[in-house]
Amino acid sequence: MSMTILYTVLTLSLLGAVAALVLYQVAQRFKVFEDPRIDLVEAELPAANCGGCGYAGCRNFAETLVKSDSFDGLFCPVGGNDTMARIAAVLGREAVAKEARVAVLRCNGTCEFRPRTNVYDGTKSCAIASAIYSGETGCTYGCLGFGDCVTACTFDALHMDEKTGLPVVEDDKCTACGACVKACPRNLFELRKKWKGNKKIYVACSNEEKGGVARKNCTVACIGCGKCFKVCPYDAIVMKNNLAFIDSDKCKLCRKCVAECPTGSIIEIGFPPKKEKTAEETASVSN
Amino acid sequence: MSKLLTVSPSPHINSNQSVEKLMFGVVISLVPVFLASLYFFGIGALIITTISIVTCMLTEMIIQKYLLQTEIRIRDGSAIVTGLLLAFNLPSNLPWWMVVLGSVFAIGIGKMTYGGLGNNPFNPALAGRVFLLISFPVQMTSWPLPITSRMHYIDAATGATPLGYVKEAIRNGETVSDAMTQLPDHMQMFLGQMSGSLGEISALALIIGFLWMLYKRIITWHIPVIMVGTVYIFTGLLWLIDPSKNAAPLFHILTGGVLLGAIYMATDLVTSPMTKTGMVIYAAGIGIITVVIRVFGSYPEGVSFAILIMNAFVPLINKYVKPSRFGKEVKHG
Amino acid sequence: MLKTFPKGGVHPPENKLSAHLPIRQIPLPPSVTILLSQHMGAPAKAIVEKGDQVRAGQLIATGEGFLSGNVHASVSGKVTRIDEVQDASGYKRQAVFIETAGDEWFEGIKSDDILEKDFDIDGQEIIKRITEAGIVGLGGATFPSHVKLNVPRGKKAKFLVVNGVECEPYLTSDHALMLEKGEEIMVGVQLLKKALNVKLAHIGIENNKPDAIRHLKELSAKHEGIQVHALKVKYPQGGEKQLIRAITGREVPSGGLPVDVGVVVFNIGTVYAVYEAVQKNKPLIERIVTITGKDIKQPSNFRVRIGTPISALIEAAGGLPENTGKVIMGGPMMGKALGNSEVPVVKGTSGILILSDTESSRSIIQPCIRCAKCVSVCPMCLEPYLLMPLAQQNKFDTLEAAHVMDCIECGSCSYICPASRPLLDYIRQGKSSVGKIIRSRKK
Repeated sequence: MSMTILYTVLTLSLLGAVAALVLYQVAQRFKVFEDPRIDLVEAELPAANCGGCGYAGCRNFAETLVKSDSFDGLFCPVGGNDTMARIAAVLGREAVAKEARVAVLRCNGTCEFRPRTNVYDGTKSCAIASAIYSGETGCTYGCLGFGDCVTACTFDALHMDEKTGLPVVEDDKCTACGACVKACPRNLFELRKKWKGNKKIYVACSNEEKGGVARKNCTVACIGCGKCFKVCPYDAIVMKNNLAFIDSDKCKLCRKCVAECPTGSIIEIGFPPKKEKTAEETASVSN
Repeated sequence: MSKLLTVSPSPHINSNQSVEKLMFGVVISLVPVFLASLYFFGIGALIITTISIVTCMLTEMIIQKYLLQTEIRIRDGSAIVTGLLLAFNLPSNLPWWMVVLGSVFAIGIGKMTYGGLGNNPFNPALAGRVFLLISFPVQMTSWPLPITSRMHYIDAATGATPLGYVKEAIRNGETVSDAMTQLPDHMQMFLGQMSGSLGEISALALIIGFLWMLYKRIITWHIPVIMVGTVYIFTGLLWLIDPSKNAAPLFHILTGGVLLGAIYMATDLVTSPMTKTGMVIYAAGIGIITVVIRVFGSYPEGVSFAILIMNAFVPLINKYVKPSRFGKEVKHG
Repeated sequence: MLKTFPKGGVHPPENKLSAHLPIRQIPLPPSVTILLSQHMGAPAKAIVEKGDQVRAGQLIATGEGFLSGNVHASVSGKVTRIDEVQDASGYKRQAVFIETAGDEWFEGIKSDDILEKDFDIDGQEIIKRITEAGIVGLGGATFPSHVKLNVPRGKKAKFLVVNGVECEPYLTSDHALMLEKGEEIMVGVQLLKKALNVKLAHIGIENNKPDAIRHLKELSAKHEGIQVHALKVKYPQGGEKQLIRAITGREVPSGGLPVDVGVVVFNIGTVYAVYEAVQKNKPLIERIVTITGKDIKQPSNFRVRIGTPISALIEAAGGLPENTGKVIMGGPMMGKALGNSEVPVVKGTSGILILSDTESSRSIIQPCIRCAKCVSVCPMCLEPYLLMPLAQQNKFDTLEAAHVMDCIECGSCSYICPASRPLLDYIRQGKSSVGKIIRSRKK
């Protein structure tokens, strides 16, 4: 009996020892050195794995950050400057502060302003619809309204407005990761400078057609008249392809262009209510 | 323009098929089977079928409405098919609450836990049946006598199924030919005059249902024919080796659940392979496992287990058996 | 046993309402809009200017680039403007607008209907005339014909296959052409054979056109090296690869071209256009278009000048019915639904199909029940039920490994699906994304 126990114990111990030896050898041979800083950097990242930085997930970005010599072109749009500063501290480098940005839809072709010319009955996806035709309205540049951007947004910052048929960005949730920019087959999203109080002034139109054609399909289209361009005191407005564009880095929010626009395609958001007179003026111009 | 045109990607027409039509096609094909079970088992068949269908539908509805809070898709008819097939796999004297339990298991665990129609890896009706067989082995293997027990439900007189009888006889050292003298002849078996589950007894009714489903293109011939063929060949070989210990192949096909399994349970669209080659592998596997359980196992019947086991292999089959692509090999003729 | 391709395929209701109706000429439209991109490749370059007087058949734009083709004026009159116009997809394309005045033809063109058989031309000359005439594949793909005729070095054409299948339901333009212009088609086939330097031509016709088969068989007996084959009715037999498989038993390798198995395929309409170009010196400025639909008053086969607005054709066939749901350019399986009926006829327009609301509307999408019908109908033997979710989830690597690029977008899977799943919508999308990835890899 006692011999049985002895044999058992011996056999098991031997087996254990052999297994330990093999494991040790294997561990030595296949050891992979990994920079411990990668884990530290990854811990600072938001772990959203959105790909907004241009890399495949936060881990991949952390590896790139550790390997690279400077932060040039490397930025986590979700974490923003705070995160980048903390990572810089971990790696002992200088962080370059970037201005906060927010996604803006450059189309205001709501159901009211842009009448439908046909009905789409296929799969509700902008990518699929735009691959077969120009969309439910006469405008071949504007929002298709099937919400690919909403699906792409991992931060719940986008939703479709049932009334207007356009997606709405919630500025506080938007991290400017750029997922919607990539998802939109019409390239309607732009990452613009984020002002305090979520103030915004931008041309809510991307139509590059001639004024008359654009206007026929959508009453709030930019007709490329160039009035805003002339009035802008800061050279922030560029005219290209019958379309005005306000450079958010140069714009000082003076709001002079808003009143000038004959179609009301320049939108201002987040400003205190205007004096009544101005409102009437704008109304009379745009009608 | 007064009316707006509709635009969508091609194709612009569809075949007018729908899940409902498929499911109700199956239900219609089961009518002869149901009539046969009514004829042989009478009131018990009616009670069990009704309870099973109603419970299956209610379970699916309640789960979709309160548990998953999704759209209620009860109208697609898949729950009716599950209920019918579960009932057809039960003896006609099973207590009503066991039927309810089996139905709730079939739909609740067998189907809805995986995400509902189209996502379940195992045939829900068989899952329900095997659940009952393991939980209540005595009640699930007491078989009412045909015709004589028409007006009885729980109190029906019972007897062994031909398969059970033969297995018992072999175990007691008798030869198969001796045992055969005590059993109904092949014609009676073909028509369905023997003990067994509601739906498995009448080969005639099952074959009518099969032909209807083929005509309506609900299923293809591959699975039923290959499965029955495999059973025939395998049992035939065993029979040739030792006819005193093994029953004839035709006996194996006409008794037990081979036909019901081959025509209705193994061909379940959701849980069978996607390619023809895959179907052949799957059906042959079912045939082999069925015979192995029947001949070498302790259960007299093995179709349900065989189908469930092969169900588990379906994802693997789908992964490795691909249709041979057009233009894969270059032919110069 | 009738020949056909072995695997997959569907058989939708044929609905050939306009079969056996004679080809009718419709009055010249008051103005035409001639798109400059009526072929696969880059748009042709306009060589006329606003205010120019042109005659029918006059070259107005030259094809530049590999898959481009010449474009000719289809009527005589004045160029009113060169501007953007919505094409069938609704996007803006450059077009030449011509206001019709009289019907004067450009010199050298024989606009009569007299049969001419002049085989005393060499192959190079035939290809040159086809190139000048701006002929593209009239089946719908609009692949320039001269590119097909210039067989790449190292490859050799052995057969010419002529596609008279017309497997799309409703459409009958090729059928009408075969019945009325059989002799001309035979001449066209001989010319193409000469250009390709092949001995044998096969004409494939589906068995639902017995009169056309009989007619062409009779005619082909008088010609050397032309065989007419009756094929089993099965969609998508008009697909190049399926047709070659059905007639010659050869399979075009995945990612390859018909010429890889020694075959060049032309559509019946294209063959007729070749006849006209070579024998009559007439460029491709008109074609046969079927106007059809269950609620259309007079389904018809019209001979139409390129650039005629589709609305004019619909008017000539009795107007747009009240219950119109879709106006489709092409057939119901692969045609393009139009958002606007003012779109002009282009070289690739084989028919205009009007579907009612009920006929064309899509059913509610149900969950996949894994019935495997899509797998069994796929003529390329792919697994649509797998490709759709992969495309939905943007899994492009797996999609490519699952051979999504082999898909011919025939729509059989979406057609047959009992759960009404939009399989092709997603697969097409996935295919175009994978195509982009492959192209960027090559660069």
